[in-house]
Amino acid sequence: MTLLFDSLFNGISIGTVLLMAALGLAIVFGLMGVINMAHGELMMLGAYTTFVVQNVFRQWGDPWRDFYIFPALVAAFGVAALVGLILERAVIRFLYGRPLETLLATWGVSLILQQFVRSVNWVLALRLGVFGLLFFGGWWLLAKRVDWPRIKGWVLTLLLVLSTAIGTVGGRLLAQTYALAVTQPWFGAQNRDVTAPRWLRGGIPVGQLFLPNTRLFIISLTLVCILGLYIFLQHTRWGLRIRAVTQNRAMSACVGIPTQTVDALTFAIGSGLAGVAGVAVSLLGSVGPNTGQNYIVDTFMVVVVGGVGKLLGSIVAALGIGIANFLIGSGTLALIFPGVPILTDTLNFFATTSMAKVMVFALIVVFLQFRPRGLFPEKGRTVDA
Amino acid sequence: MKVLHSPHTPDGITTPAQGLDLSPRNKLLLEAGVLMGVLLLLIFVFPAVLSGFRLNLLGRFLALSIVALGIDLIWGYTGMLSLGQGVFFALGGYALGMHLSLQLPDGRIPEFFSLYGVTELPWFWRPFYSFSFTAIAIFLIPALVASALGYLVVRNRIRGVYFSILTQATTIIFFNFFNGQQRLINGTNGLTSFTTLFDLNINSAEMRFAIYVATILFVALAYVLCRYLTSGLFGRILVAIRDDEPRVRFSGYDPTGFKVLVFAVAAGLAGIAGALFTLQTGIISPNAMSVPFSIEMVIWVAVGGRSSLIGAVIGAVLVNFAKSLLSESFPEIWLFFQGGLFLLVVMVLPDGLVGWVRTQGRQLWIIFQLWRRRLAKTSLA
Amino acid sequence: MAHSLNRRQLIKMGALAGAGVALGPQLWVKHSLPAYAQGETIRVGILHSLSGTMAISETSVVDAERLAIKEINAAGGVLGKQIEAIVEDGASDWPTFAEKATKLIDSDKVATVFGCWTSASRKAVLPVFESRQHMLWYPVQYEGQECSKNIFYTGAAPNQQIEPSVEWLLKNKGKEFFLVGSDYVFPRTANTIIKAQLEALGGTVVGEDYLPLGNTEVTPIISKIRAALPKGGIIYNSLNGDSNVAFFTQLQGAGLGPDRYPSMSVSIAEEEVQAIGPEFLEGHYAAWNYFMTVDTPANKKFVEAFRAEYGQNRVTNDPMEAAYIMVYLWKQAVEKAGTVEIDAVRQAAYGQTFDAPEGLVTMNSNHHLTKYVRIGQVRSDGLFEVISATDAVDPLPWNQFVAETKGYACDWSDPTKGGRYQV
Repeated sequence: MTLLFDSLFNGISIGTVLLMAALGLAIVFGLMGVINMAHGELMMLGAYTTFVVQNVFRQWGDPWRDFYIFPALVAAFGVAALVGLILERAVIRFLYGRPLETLLATWGVSLILQQFVRSVNWVLALRLGVFGLLFFGGWWLLAKRVDWPRIKGWVLTLLLVLSTAIGTVGGRLLAQTYALAVTQPWFGAQNRDVTAPRWLRGGIPVGQLFLPNTRLFIISLTLVCILGLYIFLQHTRWGLRIRAVTQNRAMSACVGIPTQTVDALTFAIGSGLAGVAGVAVSLLGSVGPNTGQNYIVDTFMVVVVGGVGKLLGSIVAALGIGIANFLIGSGTLALIFPGVPILTDTLNFFATTSMAKVMVFALIVVFLQFRPRGLFPEKGRTVDA
Repeated sequence: MKVLHSPHTPDGITTPAQGLDLSPRNKLLLEAGVLMGVLLLLIFVFPAVLSGFRLNLLGRFLALSIVALGIDLIWGYTGMLSLGQGVFFALGGYALGMHLSLQLPDGRIPEFFSLYGVTELPWFWRPFYSFSFTAIAIFLIPALVASALGYLVVRNRIRGVYFSILTQATTIIFFNFFNGQQRLINGTNGLTSFTTLFDLNINSAEMRFAIYVATILFVALAYVLCRYLTSGLFGRILVAIRDDEPRVRFSGYDPTGFKVLVFAVAAGLAGIAGALFTLQTGIISPNAMSVPFSIEMVIWVAVGGRSSLIGAVIGAVLVNFAKSLLSESFPEIWLFFQGGLFLLVVMVLPDGLVGWVRTQGRQLWIIFQLWRRRLAKTSLA
Repeated sequence: MAHSLNRRQLIKMGALAGAGVALGPQLWVKHSLPAYAQGETIRVGILHSLSGTMAISETSVVDAERLAIKEINAAGGVLGKQIEAIVEDGASDWPTFAEKATKLIDSDKVATVFGCWTSASRKAVLPVFESRQHMLWYPVQYEGQECSKNIFYTGAAPNQQIEPSVEWLLKNKGKEFFLVGSDYVFPRTANTIIKAQLEALGGTVVGEDYLPLGNTEVTPIISKIRAALPKGGIIYNSLNGDSNVAFFTQLQGAGLGPDRYPSMSVSIAEEEVQAIGPEFLEGHYAAWNYFMTVDTPANKKFVEAFRAEYGQNRVTNDPMEAAYIMVYLWKQAVEKAGTVEIDAVRQAAYGQTFDAPEGLVTMNSNHHLTKYVRIGQVRSDGLFEVISATDAVDPLPWNQFVAETKGYACDWSDPTKGGRYQV
């Protein structure tokens, strides 16, 4: 009984992290058929935001420092959603209907974001700021001219070169004047430390078990997110629109739903959820440039197993994968079948964390033989998957 | 999910050479001639021009271009985006690596086994004493793995993004497996420190050149094979599957067999590439199965131009050279450029360099025609 | 559509222009520099991962190497010439390491290379250095079982870190060990050695588990530890990088504190403590040759110089110290040899001593350093309290607990002995 409960709790702990990470991905994928390879990096941004908020609150001392986690959730959602929105407006919107290309482009974005957090410092920030201000400001000003279409090409090229040059020179000057104060990276390539508030450390003993507070917190956070998402999708005007576009984009556009806005909104919300997942992850593991990378493939598996367009699918898939991972990886399965030597040997062979992944994947492929379109596929007579 | 047919993708089969009126036969001859020319250039001119280090790099990148040809076959022509070619690449590399590791005096086993207290050669290593077995295994093992995986996935009409994700997960699985089995294949460190092949020192200058030439010949062979597969009925069916799979099915063809076959061929090519690459870098490790490497492979093809075989080769060589040079010049920030390249190619050059040259060439041709006509008019007047 | 076509062309042009602006001058400068033989500078290579999973650890090692080079240059350089460092990114990818090593040796014609962290990367570049008879300085503690003529190892051999720490644990903490490691060669070999050692010294291994590199889901391992050691015991931890963070935060979350479950780590140094958070590690142990808190004048100088260069919030650690001293050892060897010629420098390196931050170290003819072994306990400020320190320990590259290498040693100063001979 203890064994069962223990396995269930640990499996759910693993599963909820997967679910948090997969939630945003799933709604975006359901709506737009887009797999966002930069999803992990949005989580990473959320985690870094937590780090920054924590440091701010730490300066304020007690009692503030123990409650940074709540503003961090909001900030992480905001930052990730903003980056997601920019990503959607600047890149993904041009690639609709080409899911494979989106996959590659977002991979490129993920590389850029990783390198960004590694090397961002005041100089780089200033250069980017100056560049953006000059280039887009100039664009905005000059676009008012009557002969804009004619001069557009070379003016923009000129603007680009000029603003790059000014940014670079400005950065150089800044670096020479203030030296280390501005050239030191904000985060650097090293991992950063997010410390859970004191009330989140430790755990609650239940009988022979010990339930860590962070895990409980993540489980409740996941519940809140799911609930919020459910209410948003089912009981708000925009939720209704999102569902409509998910089901039939062309028809929705015909009845006057602004599908572009819906896309942007959904993408921002999905990204924001990734940011919240980043907060959760920062409580468990490290905050570093590679934080997101560790989660992408697992979360994709959740989406594949869960199927498109149903929250329930993602939930069941994430919890299922989490529990399977735990049962196999911890060797609990081998304890359940003690009598059969061959079975125990095989199970023990897979009873390490890395081999458990091999086994779980094999199970997923087998599962797809029976349910090729996931747990809860869309009903209807669509030919294209 | 609705797959919209990308209107920009050109028909991959015909090479538009407007203005040059050639019969198909002459076109083929021309292509063969160009191919021969490039071969001769690579074998005789480049070694004289490039430093030994750059030539070795070129050899490696040409080996990589064989994977790119395979990816072009499955992605550019058949529309299956595999993010797991690294697995097949590594399988080929490991096959040859095991053979090379066994070039030892009788009775001794590779040194790394002693680290883990293994005293007897594991059973699956034994066949790799034989070179002929190894030579077959290099392409057959990846092809068989690909057929099995491909069959299980394709049979259920799992395609598009789902297919990509599953192949990507495959890389993680194989990576974990190879990484975790220290006692069998040396885990993370992989196989390294190769010295001889056919009792010849593989680090000698002559042998390096021989390997370089062999690589070029394999690229040529792979090109011819892909060219053969993509022309004619088989090639047309592949393109049809890419453009509208249900319609192919309704026309009485079963796409499953074609897709599995072409996936296996691509995997076999990846295996050959892996073996040649291993020979030239002197190491094969589970890192070859990492997620980013397999995605990079796809990018080579995207940069060169998918549904153009030449594009795949050019893309692989160019992107890798660019990566080498950029990471040498900007070791700290070159990832920015790599990420930017991904973005740029996908957004701005959807048909890659070859596609861009084609469209620009066509435009130039039209401008040239207009100009000639105007010239003719003015001279008449 | 015309609109978007224009934009495309624009982005194209812009990107080309941008790339030109950014690249042009740098490439030009790069190629107009002379090679070390004829020029005013001596070129050395620095080859570490600046991107990918290993960048976390390796970038700070590069910082330390650059600091040493800067100091040497400020003091007049080597043989009257300035040292010019050429930095290459191994990108956490082993074939890339081999490629960049080849490039440094063949194209840049460097005098020596400082580099690598993981054993896999070292193994990948080894054939490159051996076939060209070149020289690599390697700054990280490793699993031993190697002794190349072309590599100088300035990190700890197993008998300078792992073995003393196990002995210390047996003496002070208990006899039941649970081994946790990342899934790659160092932890696996280290644990092979520990098992052999415990068998010989009367301890027991109650379980072992490995996490894939970068994996942060440690719940199954913690369950296993709790099952195998219900009343507490020793956790011997050789996890690397990211996994440590997850492991220790969740270890504490699960209520397994250092009082009942003391852990000994061999890959956690000051930088990692910062990343994990001292509050999760306080009271746990680590074994190294150097800690930032080591009280020597040389260390005080090193820490001050490092912080002045890279910021007051930075910390120093063992691999950084090893990287720092290897640059100096190379410089001393070059000065003794009077040339940068590889063979002469190698011969000159044997017996070189240096007043390192950890204490006086000596380069042996087996290419490893004589070093000090220290056990540290994590304090609340994230630094280590040194609670045990030994005298200088001579390095043994071939492990004496593993049957295959028992009784072997290495001596490159004597041509008849070489890399592996029976004592």
